[in-house]
Amino acid sequence: MNASTAQTPTAIPAPVNEPLKTGGGPHGRRSAGPVPAHPSAVTATARIRATHNGRTTTVPLLHNDGPFHLRRLRSRGEQARVRVLGAMSAPLGGDRLALDITVETRGRLEVTSAAATIALRGPTTAPATYDVRIRVGDHATLYWLPEPLISTRDSILHQTFTVDLAPTSRLLMREGQLLGRSGEPPGHLTTRLTVRRGGRPILDQHTAYGRPAPAWDGPAVLGTHHATGQLLLVDPVFDAPQESRVIGDDPAEGHAVLTPLAAPQALIATAVAPTPAQLRDLLDSALAYAYESPRAQVEGQR
Amino acid sequence: MSRTALLVLADGRFPAGGHAHSGGMEAAVASGRVHDIASLEAFCRGRLHTTGLVAAGLAAAAAHGYDALALDEAADTRTPAPALRRIARRLGRQLMRAARATWPSTDLDHLAHHRPHGAHQPVVLGVTARAARLTPLDAAQAAAYESVGGPATAAVRLLSLDPFDATAVLARLADELDTVADSATAAAVRTATEGVAALPAASAPLLDITGEQHAAWTVRLFAS
Repeated sequence: MNASTAQTPTAIPAPVNEPLKTGGGPHGRRSAGPVPAHPSAVTATARIRATHNGRTTTVPLLHNDGPFHLRRLRSRGEQARVRVLGAMSAPLGGDRLALDITVETRGRLEVTSAAATIALRGPTTAPATYDVRIRVGDHATLYWLPEPLISTRDSILHQTFTVDLAPTSRLLMREGQLLGRSGEPPGHLTTRLTVRRGGRPILDQHTAYGRPAPAWDGPAVLGTHHATGQLLLVDPVFDAPQESRVIGDDPAEGHAVLTPLAAPQALIATAVAPTPAQLRDLLDSALAYAYESPRAQVEGQR
Repeated sequence: MSRTALLVLADGRFPAGGHAHSGGMEAAVASGRVHDIASLEAFCRGRLHTTGLVAAGLAAAAAHGYDALALDEAADTRTPAPALRRIARRLGRQLMRAARATWPSTDLDHLAHHRPHGAHQPVVLGVTARAARLTPLDAAQAAAYESVGGPATAAVRLLSLDPFDATAVLARLADELDTVADSATAAAVRTATEGVAALPAASAPLLDITGEQHAAWTVRLFAS
């Protein structure tokens, strides 16, 4: 996709009243939608749209589909909150899942998930796909803070995160991956993260872990660590640190680095750790460092 | 095209300053992650399929004639660690000096003019290959080879490994190098219709993390 076809996130068509595509209800695994890769595979797109009504943020669209059950939580100030609940095991091999999150002008939305997402093999060796599409409009804010994704033995999952920001959008996004449950080799997990601001790419990354990805557990990629994750912070009213910050004294306990992207006012923390808890600690430390700069505190945005 | 031009460009003695860089190997050796031939091979394989693939894609696209300044931006978006961006630009500037003296071309002049502090090295490598009348596949091959040749040589010095063993590692990776160069070239061809998004963006978390750690060392043998 090139810059000319990228939509600016301000004028977003509101996909309302979409017919439910999953026939079996929230707990069914009946085939639905186009191109079922397997008779029991699920094709589902859940949607969240938040907007600002002049006083506060409302969430006029919460569209459940397939394994996604979305729940409104109590707002925190002007910030609306939504939690993604998993209503069945997913993704399984062959599933095609998508989650669209749109925050319109001046909206403030936090999206979390209730539990880790677990990629399982299912009845087929076909790959599953999980596409998260995020659009944040002018002066709008999104916190996308899901629980980690766990890649289990023999699963194959290709996930994408496509983020379109306006020049004045704010984003805090955290994503973590655990490669195999305790003592288990992982399946194959690929992740493509593309972030555009005002239509221009500011971050493009692709990772591939678990066989057949070459040397993914070797000394250049993850080493012995089975948890990895990132924290991305884009904030136009933010005196972003210009220097990198190394986090973690003992590589055996995991380590991370908080770095400014080439694009201004955008930071990313990259972490590897033995366990998800240690990963979370590293990313939390990175977030604290990001906001250590004096100006961010004076503005009292948070 | 001249096959010899590829040998000149890919030769470790080509005066482009690469010998001062270990491609993350010094940090990997210091932490004990690379300590023998097997771990050297795993390091090189991992680097080849991440950093090496990205470099090969950028180089092939530049050799194909894609806008070098756009590719330089694409390299930035694929390099989240600023220490690695600085190194890539320093190496790009050094290669640019050698390349302009060796294969004078208006494409090289244009890139040097717009990136006086250096463009990302793989982009310069691709424009250089074009100036030397080499193909995009040649450029990808040179970039892929460089992504493992530098670390392997550095490991010999850092660990006092047998240079025969280290060279055998490179020979064992030869088929994978070819595969990486082929897929990078195929991606470069797709930039004509899909733009830079078609290019590989493979990332290696440990190279990013330890690249920043290494840049903060006060005493080191290699610049990166």
